Amino acid sequence: MNLLAVDGHDKIRYRRLKARIFQSTCCGLVWMCVALLAVLLFHVASEGFAYLNLDFLTNNTSYKPEKAGIHAALLGTLWLVVTTAVISIPTGVAAAIYLEEFAKKNRINTFIEVNVANLAGVPSIVFGMLGLAIFSRLFGLKNWVIAGALTMSLLILPVIITAAREAIRAVPNSIRLAAYAIGASKWQTVAAHVLPAALPGIVTGVILSMSRAIGETAPLITIGVPVFILHAPGGLNESFTALPMQIYSWAAMPQKEFHGLAAAGIIVLLTVLLLMNATAVFIRQRAQRKLKW
Amino acid sequence: MTEVALDRSLASPDGGPTSEVGALAKKRGRPLEIVIRIALFASAAVSVVTTLAIIGTLAKEAFAFFEKVPVIDFLTGTEWTPNFHPAKFGVLPLVCGTLWIVFGASLIAIPVGLSSAIYLSEYAKPRTRSILKPVLEILAGIPTIVYGFFALTFVSPILKTIFPSTQIYNAASAAIVVGIMILPMVASLCDDALRSVPSSLRQGAYALGATSLEASTRVVVPGALSGIIASIVLALSRAVGETMAVSLAAGMTPNMTLNPLESIQTMTSYIVEQSKGDVAHDGPGYSAIFAIAALLFLITLVSNVVSHRILKRFREVYE
Repeated sequence: MNLLAVDGHDKIRYRRLKARIFQSTCCGLVWMCVALLAVLLFHVASEGFAYLNLDFLTNNTSYKPEKAGIHAALLGTLWLVVTTAVISIPTGVAAAIYLEEFAKKNRINTFIEVNVANLAGVPSIVFGMLGLAIFSRLFGLKNWVIAGALTMSLLILPVIITAAREAIRAVPNSIRLAAYAIGASKWQTVAAHVLPAALPGIVTGVILSMSRAIGETAPLITIGVPVFILHAPGGLNESFTALPMQIYSWAAMPQKEFHGLAAAGIIVLLTVLLLMNATAVFIRQRAQRKLKW
Repeated sequence: MTEVALDRSLASPDGGPTSEVGALAKKRGRPLEIVIRIALFASAAVSVVTTLAIIGTLAKEAFAFFEKVPVIDFLTGTEWTPNFHPAKFGVLPLVCGTLWIVFGASLIAIPVGLSSAIYLSEYAKPRTRSILKPVLEILAGIPTIVYGFFALTFVSPILKTIFPSTQIYNAASAAIVVGIMILPMVASLCDDALRSVPSSLRQGAYALGATSLEASTRVVVPGALSGIIASIVLALSRAVGETMAVSLAAGMTPNMTLNPLESIQTMTSYIVEQSKGDVAHDGPGYSAIFAIAALLFLITLVSNVVSHRILKRFREVYE
């Protein structure tokens, strides 16, 4: 009898021990992710810091690592992102407005919704192939800024639509009903009341999707964006290169010096992305404080 | 318009602002509203057009390729030598390379991602969550090219010191970073799934004397299983389509190897190799990229659909 009791007691202690080990393992693994991020950032910083100076930002790329810089790539990325924004933001937000405010529950609209969800899962390189076949070849836009921007726009549209829909959905229905009650039409309600209320959420989503467009490389490779280019684009119909393309070409070189340049380029890229994300978080938090429904 | 407004004002007994009432009545038919509605619908339809265009172009170019290379040879061939004579287009070495990446990535992302999710939803205090969640978001937001650089200049040298036979470009380093890359996705989607299991179930388990391990693994995880599996399927389909990390770190050698320390080539990195323009843009080696892209599109589409089905059909509905 006594033996049995001890046995049972031991069993509980064993079970509790197992639970504790499990908890520590989970905890350890999740903090390992944090450590991984730290290691990654530290590695990039230690490799690239020596190459990061003002010349790096103002020089164009070169076969001599000590003279190479990211001037053309940085401006190319700027051209690409601004053009992408001009194309994709109106389209994406309009699509979100349609799906949230205007669409009735019928087959066509359900199909559009499923379609957006599926497009979000299509690999970026497949969008690149689409850009190559349609924009570069069929429309004859080659590897110009406009071809890159159109391709990127299609790629990030699902992201913008999803984010904008969530922001619009979060606007309480009472605001719409109030607008209707004083005689506003559907569009007047949306334009004057729903959109302003949803704006912080939309802006946050848009910034995050733009940071995706800045970091993407694969679609640019497939439409034939060159890696060695010595001038910034002057218009939509000029070929260009972008920051991730430049990083890719340097990282693919065998010489160690070019890896340092790639790391320096990554530092610039991550800084830009971090600033954009911080802006998004800032806007989100400000909006949360200001608007209380 | 004015006539209608007049009619209405005559019809309404107390008069009122005539034009306003007329406008109200005619609101549905106002031309501006209709134009806007059509414009909005057109924007929404862009996504459908995109899908159709993807299917159309990939199908067209892939069929052109399959006129030169029989589909059976493409799908079952074990040699991929597009630039040799005679050129052979058996896609299996590329599929094998992609499978290495997916397999290796899942070895990292599934256990680490799932246990991170369990920690976040079952153990972490709100303050800890508020630190860990943004870290996962940052990890998810880092461009894949950065992971490729990390694999090539950090993971590979470490592998080489442990296993001296490691090649400069190898499947293992790419698989490891792809695992790290999809980890945040697994963690945050699984976390959502676990948190949607009602706490009454957990408390029931604890009331029966379960330890936290038993409550998690026998009650909460089974309750969220559909969401967990769906998120894993989604994350793995992302690993299939991963391009930049793989083309930087895994090499460009179509290779049906069983050794992850060797250089391989995936479906995506073949597309990159061809697009970089070292090879002529009119040969079958170039049109092969459309056949491969079609295969990629099909794989990811099927995984997306499967993941949605799992979520819908096997979801435990809690009241």
